[in-house]
Amino acid sequence: MDSLFNYLSSLPGAAAQGLIWGIMAIGVYLTYKVLDFADLTVDGSICTGAAVCAAMMTMGCSLPVALVGAFLAGLLAGFITGLFHTFMGIPAILSGILTQLICWSVNLKILGMALGKASAANLPLSARNFDTIVSLLDVNKSLVVLGIFCVVIIGMLYWFFGTEYGSTLRATGANPNMSRAQGINTDAAKIFGLVLSNGIVALSGALLAQFQGNADINMGKGAIVIGLAAVIIGEALFGWFARNNFALKLTTVILGGVVYFFVYSTVIYLGLDSNYLKMLSAIVVAIFLAIPYWKGRYFGGKIKHKEKPRMGGGEHA
Amino acid sequence: MLKLNGIQKTFNRGTINEKRALNGVDLHLNPGDFVTIIGGNGAGKSTTLNAVAGVWPIDSGEIIIDGVNVTHLSEHKRAKYLGRIFQDPMNGTAATMEIQENLAIAARRGQRRTLKWGITRKEKAEYYELLKTLDLGLENRMTTKVGLLSGGQRQALTLLMASIKKPKILLLDEHTAALDPKTAAKVLELTERLIKENNLTAMMVTHNMKDAIAYGNRLIMMHEGRIIFDVSGEEKKQLTVEGLIKKFSQASGEEFASDRALLS
Repeated sequence: MDSLFNYLSSLPGAAAQGLIWGIMAIGVYLTYKVLDFADLTVDGSICTGAAVCAAMMTMGCSLPVALVGAFLAGLLAGFITGLFHTFMGIPAILSGILTQLICWSVNLKILGMALGKASAANLPLSARNFDTIVSLLDVNKSLVVLGIFCVVIIGMLYWFFGTEYGSTLRATGANPNMSRAQGINTDAAKIFGLVLSNGIVALSGALLAQFQGNADINMGKGAIVIGLAAVIIGEALFGWFARNNFALKLTTVILGGVVYFFVYSTVIYLGLDSNYLKMLSAIVVAIFLAIPYWKGRYFGGKIKHKEKPRMGGGEHA
Repeated sequence: MLKLNGIQKTFNRGTINEKRALNGVDLHLNPGDFVTIIGGNGAGKSTTLNAVAGVWPIDSGEIIIDGVNVTHLSEHKRAKYLGRIFQDPMNGTAATMEIQENLAIAARRGQRRTLKWGITRKEKAEYYELLKTLDLGLENRMTTKVGLLSGGQRQALTLLMASIKKPKILLLDEHTAALDPKTAAKVLELTERLIKENNLTAMMVTHNMKDAIAYGNRLIMMHEGRIIFDVSGEEKKQLTVEGLIKKFSQASGEEFASDRALLS
């Protein structure tokens, strides 16, 4: 009975964590779904956001300034990946991995800086000592604050991707050849998308550091998989009500994050060794990624747009 | 309207796959010219269009569009002078975007893209009328994702997108080759109508000799990266498929060897 009570009382915390990772997953959605760019930078940039926020607050900056600092650091990480890919012609995945590695070193330095050391792997940011905006110690307030963050971020992205410039990002992801033929600078669009995405990811990292009370060098490990899981779960469970509305699609991503952490809490309650969680996440993501491929290959259904459809009209005519 | 001076392009230079694709192409198009381009496989037809479009830098030569030297302009900067339609119907449109969004993207070709809303109500009304002229019922499906359209419908939409912002030159790269004959004929008809209505200068690569003769006011034949035959006006109207094949052997000293061109 006790453990059931513990489980139930852990759910609000799981929801808050889900919202934070849902914001992170929105960043993943922008690159993976909108730009068609599998960006692994996020494993590094989420920790960069956390480290910058924690370090700045430790060194006496106010919370809003620290959040802006974290956001800017994320923008920079995305910009580096963008340059690797467009200016230097490095394949997308490798560009992200390179920046991820750069972030690792930089994160150790940032965490150390606040402690006056050459480097550090962990920096506490407890709500007891700092004026944090979200915290495990006050889950209810955190849920409200995170809800507002989600609404504002989704609202701003909905607006941006509806604008003339935002449309160029969607077009670049959908068809770069057509985009260039229509006068769109696809390199600039890709860089901008990566910058925006990693800014959001770093912001979620800053929130995560406050929520769990510390910034840790390992907190970004496998972030991309959690982000993808949230995107995929959201699409699978709630895609039916999102239809073609971009704001609703982003909402499903957030909900996907929340469901992910509910499941996470549940399997732990059921006694699963938590060491297996990353493996399970990876397997679930792999299976969901395979479904469209299997559908096309073994069931003769429609293949995802990324696969080249058969030529010639008639199919839908 | 378009001047090509001594365009040279070699792919994979210095490797075993070295291919001299363009070997000194000189061409001068007058405003309103509609030139059809024929030639065997690897003759340099599509490569010529890609050189004009700036898909990659050329090795030497000059490209001048309406008095502007665009030789060193990047592909997206050159786009404001050009309307392009590709062989693969999937290539000219963004599948995951709506019909009206695709048109709105094309309508802003060559303009600065701002943070204003991507499509205005006034535009939607214009696009409705524009799509109506296609007679494909697309005006009632303006919020449909383009990925749901057939190849012919997508090609018709691409044509509309290419001409919505009047281009200096329309580049048609075998844009009917992937369509069934009936749809291809319709798309060609639409092509001719749009060129006439907007008084466009156009280059059309085709494998179909009959089409090459029937459409346009000028015809050029390419072989091994060079223009070997160039006729216009009355002389072009007198051309026959047999005559063209004879011209080809005379000019190139080889038998015409493209089954695709002969059979179609």
